[in-house]
Amino acid sequence: MFSTEQSCWFVRKVICWRAAASIAWAVLLLPPITAVFIILSRFSFLHPIHTISECLSLLTSASAIFSFILLCGVILMVGFLNLEYYTVIPTIACSKIALLGQLLHPRQFVSSVVHCIMGIIVAWCCAITIGGRYETLGYPCIQSDGSPQMCLNEYQLILLLAGAFVGFSHSLLGVIHNMNYVSFHTVQQYKYLRFKGSLPLVVKCSAIQALYSIRNYIVVYFFLGYIPRAWICKTLNLHLTSSAHPLDSIAGLLDLSLFYHLWISATFLLFTWYITLLLFRIFVTEVYSFPVQSSFTEDAHQCLPKVLLTDKQPMILKFLALQDLALLSQHSPSRRCEVFSLSQPGGHPHNWNAISGECLSLLADLTQRLVAYHDTVATNGRAKSLSTGSERKTSSETSVTSGTEDLMSPRPTLLMKTPASVFARSIVGGPQSPLTAPFTPDLDSPFASPALRRLTAPVEQCSPWHGTVQSPHIMRRAPKLWSTSTDSQVNGSFPPSPASVPSPKQEASKPSLLAQFLQNRKEQVKNFLAKRVLIMYLFNKLPEASSQALFADSQAHIWALEGLSYLVQASFSEDHFGVVQTALPSILSCMLVLQEAVDRHFKLPHASSKPVRSTSSIGDSTYKTLRFALRATLKTAIYRITTTFGDHLNAVQMSAEHRKRLQQFLEYKE
Amino acid sequence: MCSLALFPPPLPSGQTTLCESNNELLSGTSTEDRPKQVRFTAAVITTLCVFCRTAFLDHSETLWMRSAAAWRDGGLTGLLTEITNSHTEVPKWLSVSSGCTLALLRWISSFHGSLFPHLTLSSEDMIAEFSQVLNWSDCVVRAFSWHPHTDKFAVALLDDSIKIYNPKSATTPTLKHRLQRSVAAVQWKPLCASALAVACQNCLLVWHVDPCSLSTRPSSGCAQVLSHPGHSPVTSIAWSPSGSLLVSASPVDTAVMVWDVAAESCVPLQRLGGGGVTFLSWSPDGSHVLASTPSTLFRVWETRMWTCERWPCVKGRCQSGCWSPDGSRLLFTVQGETVIYALTFTDAPGSRLYSVFIHASGDELIMLDLSASVGGEIQSLSWDPRGERLAVLLKGDPQAVDRPAIIAVFKTRTNPIFELLPCGFVQGEPGAEPRLMQFHPNFQHGALLTVCWSTGRITHVPFYFLSTGVPHFGLSGSPLLPRLQERPSAFANQSLFTELIS
Repeated sequence: MFSTEQSCWFVRKVICWRAAASIAWAVLLLPPITAVFIILSRFSFLHPIHTISECLSLLTSASAIFSFILLCGVILMVGFLNLEYYTVIPTIACSKIALLGQLLHPRQFVSSVVHCIMGIIVAWCCAITIGGRYETLGYPCIQSDGSPQMCLNEYQLILLLAGAFVGFSHSLLGVIHNMNYVSFHTVQQYKYLRFKGSLPLVVKCSAIQALYSIRNYIVVYFFLGYIPRAWICKTLNLHLTSSAHPLDSIAGLLDLSLFYHLWISATFLLFTWYITLLLFRIFVTEVYSFPVQSSFTEDAHQCLPKVLLTDKQPMILKFLALQDLALLSQHSPSRRCEVFSLSQPGGHPHNWNAISGECLSLLADLTQRLVAYHDTVATNGRAKSLSTGSERKTSSETSVTSGTEDLMSPRPTLLMKTPASVFARSIVGGPQSPLTAPFTPDLDSPFASPALRRLTAPVEQCSPWHGTVQSPHIMRRAPKLWSTSTDSQVNGSFPPSPASVPSPKQEASKPSLLAQFLQNRKEQVKNFLAKRVLIMYLFNKLPEASSQALFADSQAHIWALEGLSYLVQASFSEDHFGVVQTALPSILSCMLVLQEAVDRHFKLPHASSKPVRSTSSIGDSTYKTLRFALRATLKTAIYRITTTFGDHLNAVQMSAEHRKRLQQFLEYKE
Repeated sequence: MCSLALFPPPLPSGQTTLCESNNELLSGTSTEDRPKQVRFTAAVITTLCVFCRTAFLDHSETLWMRSAAAWRDGGLTGLLTEITNSHTEVPKWLSVSSGCTLALLRWISSFHGSLFPHLTLSSEDMIAEFSQVLNWSDCVVRAFSWHPHTDKFAVALLDDSIKIYNPKSATTPTLKHRLQRSVAAVQWKPLCASALAVACQNCLLVWHVDPCSLSTRPSSGCAQVLSHPGHSPVTSIAWSPSGSLLVSASPVDTAVMVWDVAAESCVPLQRLGGGGVTFLSWSPDGSHVLASTPSTLFRVWETRMWTCERWPCVKGRCQSGCWSPDGSRLLFTVQGETVIYALTFTDAPGSRLYSVFIHASGDELIMLDLSASVGGEIQSLSWDPRGERLAVLLKGDPQAVDRPAIIAVFKTRTNPIFELLPCGFVQGEPGAEPRLMQFHPNFQHGALLTVCWSTGRITHVPFYFLSTGVPHFGLSGSPLLPRLQERPSAFANQSLFTELIS
């Protein structure tokens, strides 16, 4: 639970109010939903008018008002849980065991328990409103020996337990389907229209989900129903009547009216919760317009460049800022003008520098991540080809520990091929270095982002060809010891001389005897475990999950790409001071490097396979297709720049490799 | 308000319009008559002429197989449609009853109030009714699209295949897909080299045709299938000019679908009334989308927040429409009328909001009467990307022999005032009827109109002129006079329409 004192201004001033507004709307929508529920649950075709008058009298009764207050409390709680658990970057479990870990997380456990309790409360309210045989938990009855006592009304019990079960399964499914993930829409619509548009989906989803949950519940109750029944009887000192047959029998459960009431109650429960969730999503993802620059210093931290730059803030703030950037670059010339403007004393393009720098560092970050991922895959192959021991063992070991490669798919052909091709490329790259050197991002210039520096620094230190390489192809060729610990090497004290290259290789090639023994032990254990079916099932990689996890936050990159490319496009006619021109080489090279990395990633197995689309779930599955969206946006962004500038791009300084790549775009051959 | 009578008379039979040069339309009996300098510059273009009479689809599959496929693709309605369509092979009672059930299902599914007569049509008839192609059902070329940036185009043929022609490459890829049936429209994605969206009977397909690939038959794995229940047949599609979104319309669905193609997700934009959406056109600046409905109503969507304005027509449904290059002016035609209406969207400074006119007051609607000796109702409109030539495909009169379908071309100017001047008629070989037309998106020397004829021939008619809006850097080899666009005095009193600055 967050404390408002520590959270940033944005959460305090915007997110909380948005959440409050969504909860308020959900509470306001509760009376009509309840009225519909009452009518549907009590309707009889034989006496329609009687039903309606009964419903009206029920709506004004004291018990209805009390249960309505309870329901409001539940909605408030659900809204609060939404606010507490929402995320803009989904957590993607890469294997079954990780998913299990998520389900058993204490935080998740708390949520499940709360959902269970809320389910019971809602079910009790439903029991009150449906009335009839569901009204009370106990009723006076006469035992076989003639003494009056309280008996258990199993109908209410089954309804209450159904509520608990549906609440529990809702929270479990929430984890499996990432229901707490809040996605941003590409199509901007007003809140009311968005709500209206998704209402039919919510009705459909809640009805279908309720049907599945009730089916499962009935099966569970049939087998295990006697346990809670006996427990309730014991605690509340109720008795079971011998006359009424118990409900956990086939005859007891084959009651259509009971099934209908269970289903409609579960639908009501899920519908109110889904509506709250939907409203929360709609309100939270609403566009927030940040000022580009402020004339007051106390508001400076709320401006777009500042908001983009700070890292310590909640992700939602960064996402909304990037969304605003993408929209302003597309739609609003006056705000674009502010971005291109120069600072009044000094004449520095601070706004543009901050925005472009942050976008570029985001993109470079993704490039690095992709290269690192590809490296891991390549490492597996290389270790396999170079290892002297049992190759099969090594491959299974590395894939389990690193969790990046499919256990059952060794690909020696692909991996054996890479060193040769890289070698060929590096020979070509060698003599060209004087020609291409001017392009290399100037690390001291204010236009090079920190991430770009990070990206290029290790390469320059490691490679014998000083500063000629920016492509991930060649980065990958650097010795593994360095590329795995890039960050430490940035500040490292290696002199940038080729002479220092061989020494770490030799160190790495002779590990100590003890380490080798431990390594062998570990491999044996893994090998043993890998043969067990359950372990295999739990540890086996879910296909394409690692790819999804890699691109989980790619919505930010998509906006960064859109924002940058639209700004560059607009700069063709709107940038009077030429502030964008200075950054154009770095923007283009950043995009092209990313393009190369993305292309290579999509050549991996499972990366380009489309996920199965599920329409009958309220959980947002946008994150599953983010990598495709990123690929398309990236290509469009490069084309947007090339079509705008056309042949003028030939004047931009660029490495030969990138120029070749860009020529492909200029000729529309990508 | 003036009429087509001010046009130069149509060509005598046997003459073919070749091009516009020196401000007049040149004609000839064959390509040999073409003036030398014209042939020189049009050389690249004329090589693209194709004959498209290819083999027709043969019904070799059994009824059972087709029914299974229809069930798989289109569900119950698909199965019923298949049974209804193959009435020669099934018992009469079955086809009749399935037809009735289908009609009933359609009526029920369109629960939006009144019963719209177009919902009783079969999907093929519906596409033919609402397509921009004249007589779509027997037309050899069913859809045509130029790539927005390069010299290549896609042609959808009667046998449900799509061919891609590129003068720079020797291969012509043929696209075929199991779901690619009754293609109503194709369009290339802007700011992309490879993506081609296809509106089919049951779904939308987005092909990714690698321009560097040498394969002549891209596999169906290259196509993304986008479908939404209740959204078929798709009769119109439009990409946003920024290439990020795709909108699609179906006459049975009241919602316009906005697709995020890469994510394969869609947002339905539902508005009651109209009974469906038949035609979509995205303005070149990306700010508005025209969506016409089968009833006497069309909408103009604003694409920032996706709100819409209703524009009721008086007489019939909006048949076709096109936008001026700057997106400020919309020309549209109404079925049953022989006039072109213009609608102006003014710009508030800084934003793309427009001042809302009073609907149907008549003042802002500029009328242009085309009911002359030639012509008739208007099938489609096309405006060249520079906003200097407007082509109007007139349906003609099927009963009258002397009134064939014909293309009338106007010279237009949008700045400083909106002007229309007569240019002439574009005619083909004897017996050939224009079916479909589109302007080349970036022709260097003026405008290039591509016309698909009923004979299956596709021809390109260049209009050579110097654009008034674009600065000129010496057009080498151009035979044009420098002051070509200067309006001749003969035309000064013939002006069809001149907007008054108010």
